[in-house]
Formats: sequence, structure tokens, C-alpha cells
Amino acid sequence: MFDFQGYGPRLLEGAWLTAELAVLSLIAALVIGLMVASAKSSRSMTLKSVATVYTTLIRGVPDLVMMMLLFYGGQIGMNMATDGLNAWLGTDMFINVNAFAAGVVTLGVIYGAYMSETFRGAFLAVDAGQMEAARAYGMSPWLAFRRVRFPLMMRHALPGINNNWLVLLKSTALVSIIGLSDMVYVADQATKATHQPFLFMLPVGLGYLAITAVSELVVTGLKRRFDVGFSQAT
Amino acid sequence: MEQWLTQVAPFLSDNLIFTPNTLAQYWDGLVNTVQLVFISLVVGLFLAVPLAVGRASRRVWLNVPIWLFNYVFRGTPLLIQLYIAYYGFAFIDGVQDSAFAFFINDPVYPALLAFTLNTAAYTTEIFVGAIRATPQGELEAARAYGMSAATAYRRVVLPSAFRRALPAYGNEVIFMLHASAIASAVTITDLTGAAYYVYARFYSPFPAFIFVALVYMLLSFVLQGGFKVLETRMLRHLKPA
Repeated sequence: MFDFQGYGPRLLEGAWLTAELAVLSLIAALVIGLMVASAKSSRSMTLKSVATVYTTLIRGVPDLVMMMLLFYGGQIGMNMATDGLNAWLGTDMFINVNAFAAGVVTLGVIYGAYMSETFRGAFLAVDAGQMEAARAYGMSPWLAFRRVRFPLMMRHALPGINNNWLVLLKSTALVSIIGLSDMVYVADQATKATHQPFLFMLPVGLGYLAITAVSELVVTGLKRRFDVGFSQAT
Repeated sequence: MEQWLTQVAPFLSDNLIFTPNTLAQYWDGLVNTVQLVFISLVVGLFLAVPLAVGRASRRVWLNVPIWLFNYVFRGTPLLIQLYIAYYGFAFIDGVQDSAFAFFINDPVYPALLAFTLNTAAYTTEIFVGAIRATPQGELEAARAYGMSAATAYRRVVLPSAFRRALPAYGNEVIFMLHASAIASAVTITDLTGAAYYVYARFYSPFPAFIFVALVYMLLSFVLQGGFKVLETRMLRHLKPA
């Protein structure tokens, strides 16, 4: 029954690609989100306005449009850049924009904007006295961030990060439209070939639910870790 | 529209991409997107109210199936739901000769089905949260007036819950507008579909997609502004003095 008309191995490969894409984009989004949130809470007006424009732009445009712009535009932009360099240096190079990399970059850039909002709220929730204490101990800004602000902030940021992650995971399905062979792409191809939509689409849907269930366990563990020392409060 | 196009045409005469022809393409896309989003939001909203009441009830036979429905529709990508609605009925034997043939022949119907059920699931969860957050005092006051459970729901719980749900529902509306971009994956010429057509025709991703991004952004801002106005009006009593 579960032979999937010979599509089984390809579906598994697709599921692996989905998981890889989701995790790498999550890391990119977390890094971008932290940087943008820091920029937003900095004193420099330029940094602040650049960060605000970025988040406003991203949140006004659909993921798919952003993805098409960066994927189809990325290749042409890269060609223009290499053409310029070639004319200048007299070389003959060509850089192929990899669909997987484009997917990771796009999802990272989009969800970085959402993450930055989560982080900004969490930064504000950290008691100012904690950072003052860190400074009074003579900690450098980086050390104070690593030892004091980050662990305290994560407790407030975790629910928001979890929400964004679940949305990101489902957004990875969009890469099938720009031609990356994730599990939705494989299921779409298989459906067109065999005319059995339920045989392929339902297991793929279950695949997403399974990834969600696994991530739920990780989040529960992390929550316990960041809640250490706060069990009496609330 | 035709008249507007003839007026704009001179300004566009030097432009190779934004010709009256492609602008008409974008206009059709806009109409399709707005129709899809509007209809699924309205129908989804009407489905969500009874679903939310059922989900908030203590009866297990009522609340567990609705929980499962929400879990599945919120846990899987909308694209999968769209593909199931689009392909799911097309390969049934004899469907072309049945009364459901219209559903297969125009991809707008499967898209409406998938979008409606999806937004109904999300909206239900928003409403359930708002219903559960009803202040105990309001319920006690309703009971003290001798209202039956149904009357209390109609007169006290739901109006108060709708107001509390408004900000989250505004986000859901924007989310739906953005999610509707995937309609282009099942051959519907929505805004994104129009942009893809222009991109493919002229091999010029930047004008095609940046223009459509601006249109989406404008729509989002209008919706956001609308909800802001609605919130200040409906939630005035919750403002700090």
C-alpha cells in the first residue's frame, strides 16, 4: 500500500530538503532578526530608519512575490554584476544562482523581519537594572549581551520565535513554485503523473504535522531551560 | 477603466514594459485577487462564528472535531490544501458529466474552497481565544439579569469577544491577502500571476515583481488603516483614560 508508485524515495528526499531548508532559513532569520532588533534599539537614527523601512517593506509584500523577485531577479542581478566585473577585469566568469541558496536567503530575509519584531519586544522586557548590573561588573557590551541580555530575553522571545518558526516551516512549501524539489514539488509531480492526489498530498501534509510535533518537543525543552530561576514568578 | 487607459497611454508611450496591455493584465490580476480574498474572508468569517462557539463549548463531541479541523488546517501549508482542492476532485471518474463539472473547469472554485476553510480555521482560533477571555463579571452580570445561555452569548459574550478579536483578525486579513498569491500556482491570473506573465514575457523580473509588490503593499496599508480606524471606534471603552 505504501509503495507510493515508486515515488517513495523521492518523497523522502523532498522531506529532507524541506527540513534542511526550514532549519537553515530559521538560523538565517534568527541572525538577521537579532541584528535588525539591535539596530532598532540603537541610538543611531540612520540604523533605526533603515531597520524600520526593511521590516515595513517585508511585511507588506507576500512571501511568494518576494521569493520570485529574489530568485528570478537574483540571477539577472548576478549576471549584471559579473558582466560588469568581466568588462572591468577582462575575465569570463558566470555565477549560477542556486535555487536552494535563493530559497534560504529569501526565507531568512522575510522571517528576519518578523523575528526582529519579536526580539525587539523581548529586549524591552528585560529589566534595565540587569544591564546596569552587568555594566557595573565591568562586562564589555558583547559579554553583557551574551551572559545577561540574551538569556533573559529568550524567555520572552521564545513563544514569538515558535510562532514565526511554524509559519516559516509552512512557507517553505512555496519554494516548490520556483522549482526547488521539496516534498510539495515531488507530490505535485507525482499527482500529475499518476492522477492520485490523495496518495501524495495527504502524506506530505502529515509530514508537516510530524515536523511540527518534533519541533514542539524541542521548544518545550528550550522553554524549561530559559525558565530556570523564574519558576516561582507569575 | 478603458477611458483611464487611453489617458495614461501617452505617458507610457516610451515604456516598453508597462504598456496599456500589461497594465490591463495587472488590473485583471488585481480584480481576481480582491475577489478571491474578499469572498473567502466573508464566507470564512460566517463559518468561524459557529465553529468558535462549538470549540469553546465543554461538550467533547463538539469541541474535539473542531479542534482537529483547526489543527490540520493550521498545521499544513495552504499550498497543500489548495492542491488537494484543485486535484482532489478532478480525477474522479465521471465528474465532468456531473453537476460539479463547473468546480473542476474553473480553478477559482477550488481556490475559494481551500482559502475559505483555511481562513475559517485561523479565525475560529482567534475567536475562541477572545471568547475564553471574556471577563467573568460580564457573564455574572448576564446571569444576574436572568438571561438564558443563548441570550447571554448573543448579547454579551459575542459582541465583547468580537471587539477583543479585532486586532488579531486584522492580521489574519493581511495574512490572507498575502497568502492568496499562491493562487497563481493553479493557473489563476491573480496579481502575482500577472506579474509572472509580465516577467516571462519581457524577461524583466525587477519591474514586473517590484510593481506588483508595491500594489500588494498599498492594499496592505489600506487594510491596516481601515482596521486601525475600526479599532479606535470599537475599542474606545478599553482605552486608558
